[in-house]
Amino acid sequence: MSKATAAIVGPGNIGTDLLAKLQRSEHIEVRYMVGVDPASPGLERARDRGVETSAGGVDWLLARDEPPDLVFEATSARAHLANAPRYAAAGIQAVDLTPAAVGPLVCPPVNLREHLAAPNVNMITCGGQATIPLVRAVSQVTPVPYAEIVASIASRSAGPGTRANIDEFTTTTARAIERVGGAEVGKAVIILNPVDPPMIMRDTVFCAIAADADAAAITESVLAMVAEVARYVPGYTLRADPQFDPPSDDWSGWARVALFAEVRGNGDYLPPWAGNLDIMTAAAARVGELLAAGTGARA
Amino acid sequence: MTRGAPMTRGASVTRGAPMTRGAPMTRGASVTRGASVTRGAPMTRGAPMTRDVRITDSTLRDGSHAMRHQFTEAQVRQVVCVLAAAGVEVIEVSHGDGLGGSSFNYGFSAVDEIRLIRAAVEEAGAAKVAVLLLPGVGTVDDLKDAREAGASVARIATHCTEADVSIQHFGAARDLGMETVGFLMLAHRLDPAALAKQARIMVDAGAQCVYVVDSAGALVLAGAQARVRALIDEIRPDAQVGFHGHQNLSLGVANSVLAYQAGATQIDGALCALGAGAGNSPTEVLAATFDRLGVRTGVDVQGVLAAAEEVVRPFIPRLPWMDRSSVVQGYAGVYSSFLLHAERAAERYGVPAHAILQRVGEAGYVGGQEDMIIDVALRLQQERETARGAGW
Repeated sequence: MSKATAAIVGPGNIGTDLLAKLQRSEHIEVRYMVGVDPASPGLERARDRGVETSAGGVDWLLARDEPPDLVFEATSARAHLANAPRYAAAGIQAVDLTPAAVGPLVCPPVNLREHLAAPNVNMITCGGQATIPLVRAVSQVTPVPYAEIVASIASRSAGPGTRANIDEFTTTTARAIERVGGAEVGKAVIILNPVDPPMIMRDTVFCAIAADADAAAITESVLAMVAEVARYVPGYTLRADPQFDPPSDDWSGWARVALFAEVRGNGDYLPPWAGNLDIMTAAAARVGELLAAGTGARA
Repeated sequence: MTRGAPMTRGASVTRGAPMTRGAPMTRGASVTRGASVTRGAPMTRGAPMTRDVRITDSTLRDGSHAMRHQFTEAQVRQVVCVLAAAGVEVIEVSHGDGLGGSSFNYGFSAVDEIRLIRAAVEEAGAAKVAVLLLPGVGTVDDLKDAREAGASVARIATHCTEADVSIQHFGAARDLGMETVGFLMLAHRLDPAALAKQARIMVDAGAQCVYVVDSAGALVLAGAQARVRALIDEIRPDAQVGFHGHQNLSLGVANSVLAYQAGATQIDGALCALGAGAGNSPTEVLAATFDRLGVRTGVDVQGVLAAAEEVVRPFIPRLPWMDRSSVVQGYAGVYSSFLLHAERAAERYGVPAHAILQRVGEAGYVGGQEDMIIDVALRLQQERETARGAGW
């Protein structure tokens, strides 16, 4: 079977790490890496890895005789908002790693199958990719009236874009906890920790559940989901068994399940503590593979 | 869902409170510098008297930790009423972890904080109502709700190394016409020069005052003063400098006096020390001490003494105290509001709270990482079980 061709737009840390992952894919061949700065070290790295590069931006990309089947956007929300209609017009399916959210929010093991034909899919946020599978694992067993996630990341892994608009992270993630995770109401918190050596990304999920919810079934569902995510994010683990707490007046009579995940990066280009970036690129690569294979099946 | 979900999204502010208490500053094109206020000059319009230092009372915000976020509207009204009558100019009201803090991780508020803020504004008279916001926890939308409810001072808090995540929020606060204060938390973790650089980031973003925030009550005298002095050197006269102390090593008031002597013009306190860990610098002790030093605060000493004794003391479940766990917080440099969470985890998992806090300090967790307390408790429990198993 011939591979689908792809371009990565944005030769920064994310784009470079994504390239390393996609070059291991059986379904995707990265043909182009595109930036806007001829001196970009990311473009040089991509050239070293045998990829055709250009600082000519999307104009250059769309002028290729053989445009790619897929484009991975690792630039900024603003850039993607400008580029998205052009990709669509050219018939190139876009996987958006920016917060632009032009297309549907996707999390590979949760809802990608519903969006295989979408011209543009959005990868939500790092915290979303790390926690929404867990929220979904609970909500497919029992109703979740409220889910809350706390993502702790190493300060060094928070880029200027995240820092300039941290509200974007919390609001986008909260929305996706509801729409994709299946919670009635979602809340997201992000904490930057500067400790040295840098801390590995941690993600905690709290779900309100009914007092008589089936704890064994929830645990089983959560463990199965963790295994599913670990297929494309090998460093994704639970630090402890799901913790069930009985109903409390402080929680208006709801019981609670708490899940403690850790995301250790694969160390492809970014260091292992940058699990937040790794899970984005790993999830994007996974999405690309499933789009290329034309099936969202868990196969 | 038939049961009332307490965890509703944000506050749905329907009653449109007109912004009658607008702060005078607007965010101009070149507001990279805060209001230039000379020391000793009143910052607010209509301040009753000239004063040397402005006390901000945080009973209804930092004290929220010690109250497990269960403040009632009646309590808020009473406290604001006596504080305002005693001449306290700024009264902070929010969830302990700031706007939007009501959550599993930090504890749900018994009463929606926007309702409490609106009640406070109604009682505050000439005093200003302040709110706290931690970027990453609360959002600009939360700040807008608070502004609409009548809050006029925005205090934006970040871990001491992460000031740049607050730029967006200072901009929004200034756009909303609010007075702005920056909070550099766990300030003991950064040396004075580096802390001053972070303060500069906040001032350039629109902060009119930046606080050295001793969230762990870990700063000891000269350490507190050196940080205040470094901020003074960096941001005066563009902005003021403040100090927020905790009592974990019993130095809240002493550090506050040293901060004043180094040039700080805003100091935080709480009635009966009601606050996280062993509590804050008691407002009534700050007022009495500054009065004895001849430093004018504009606060009536007898008024705040009565407020502490007759209004606050009767409703608080336990007086903040330097017990083993809170001293460990000061000693190991642990965020003060972790205390009650550690006690709960200790009870749930059968491991000592002070051991949890010690471990949390070693791991370098920062404000907001309350979830890691459960994680640490689970580890300790596991280690104990392993040790017990090995003994068989």
